[in-house]
Amino acid sequence: MSAEANAADVTPAWNRKHLLRLRDLSADEIRYVLDTAESFKEVSTRSVKKVPALRGRVVVNMFFEESTRTRTSFTLAAQRLSADVIDFSASASSTAKGESLRDTARTIEAMGVDIMVLRHPAAGAAADLARTVSCCVINAGDGQHAHPTQGLLDLFTIRERKGRIEGLNVAIVGDIAHSRVARSDLVGLTRLGAHVTLVGPPTLVPRSFEQLGAGVVHDFDAVLPDMDVISLLRIQRERITSSVFPSVREYVRLFGMNRQRLARCKPDVLILHPGPVNRGIELAADVADGPNSSILRQVTNGLAVRMAVLFLCQQAAAGTAAD
Amino acid sequence: MKKLLSAEEMQAKLREMARAVAAVAPSDGPLAVVGIRRRGEYLAQRLARLLAERGLRPAHQGALDITLYRDDLTTIGPKAVVRSTDIGFDVTGTWLLLVDDVLYTGRSVRAALDALTDLGRPRAIRLAVLVDRGRRELPIQPDFVGLHLETTPANVVKVKVREVDGEDGVDLS
Repeated sequence: MSAEANAADVTPAWNRKHLLRLRDLSADEIRYVLDTAESFKEVSTRSVKKVPALRGRVVVNMFFEESTRTRTSFTLAAQRLSADVIDFSASASSTAKGESLRDTARTIEAMGVDIMVLRHPAAGAAADLARTVSCCVINAGDGQHAHPTQGLLDLFTIRERKGRIEGLNVAIVGDIAHSRVARSDLVGLTRLGAHVTLVGPPTLVPRSFEQLGAGVVHDFDAVLPDMDVISLLRIQRERITSSVFPSVREYVRLFGMNRQRLARCKPDVLILHPGPVNRGIELAADVADGPNSSILRQVTNGLAVRMAVLFLCQQAAAGTAAD
Repeated sequence: MKKLLSAEEMQAKLREMARAVAAVAPSDGPLAVVGIRRRGEYLAQRLARLLAERGLRPAHQGALDITLYRDDLTTIGPKAVVRSTDIGFDVTGTWLLLVDDVLYTGRSVRAALDALTDLGRPRAIRLAVLVDRGRRELPIQPDFVGLHLETTPANVVKVKVREVDGEDGVDLS
């Protein structure tokens, strides 16, 4: 197992108490998280799916934007490490009364919290929170900026299925301009040496992304045969009605992944989707459920990756306190 | 630094330990040999081979990572490297030989016992260590020992295995 060899021979390459965005991380740091996640994957296969690593620690999920899947994944990850988990949702809280994020965070921190997991509609909210509080902050998605744990779990899944990341051709298809998932994937993949091509209509895939080291392509069919991995992004319903978006029918015709397009890909192409899938729009149902798809594996791996992130950030915070 | 055991002496100690294990291991149930990562894992593999040579082939082998069960996790901070536990069998009902390189405070073994308990309910767990250097902080004692040592906290007992260190042997400094 390569991960075991790596983890065994390398001294810990992580001393960050926050995970805010992948752009801050070196290739070694990203690999270290993936290697650690590899070890955590085994915990979920036991009859007692729990280890005592974060026993007595408190993790609070602060979600100012609804996301059942990410929240559930973080909750389960924290619980498998034996942490206590509190859910704080904006709708049922005092933010409705105009309390600012900082005030809310300080109040929660005063109750003795070790890790805050933040989902917020504003880009930069997690970084702002990290400057405000002294506990660990994990970004679970801030506006259109970053979603680092999604990026990490995509990297983990690709490495697991393909055995490597370096040198792979990866297409990310859809509404790149408004996607934090695309940004985190792009940063992580390029840092580990993959070639990333962003695919979609010009209104949703601006040329400016070329500055980040990605190829920009508006003709999906032209690049199909070259790709090792194709990640389809969820088309946000609210954007379909806006002027930047073609009609649904046109989008499906030009950028929808279906059986015909799959037939033109490499036989072992890996199909990814951050979920939830709009079946029949960005991804046809038979491809989503087919052998090339790793969509459910992404969900499983998300748990291991989030366990690793919670553990490593908490360890770094504990180390700082001890010094 | 003082050389306590050469490669040959170390192998002889392991052979003695295997003989002692074979003398008491029950014949009416599955035998499992599990090493504590990192060096215990390799010593466990060797004991398993030596047991097989005596006609007592272990039904199962595995390696246990105890990092997440350590009681000093919060104080050692980012120095802890999490490795994977590799126990691909059900420990319930097995006669389980737990193997480590050095027994000192007993805290690693305590953590290993907790980790094993989370995996199932062995019929019995026995502890084999190549070196017992004394100075326990917990009421834990080994069942099979290669070498007993009197040490001070300033001593470092270093067990070397080919797979990790390039050579076998035990040093004291």
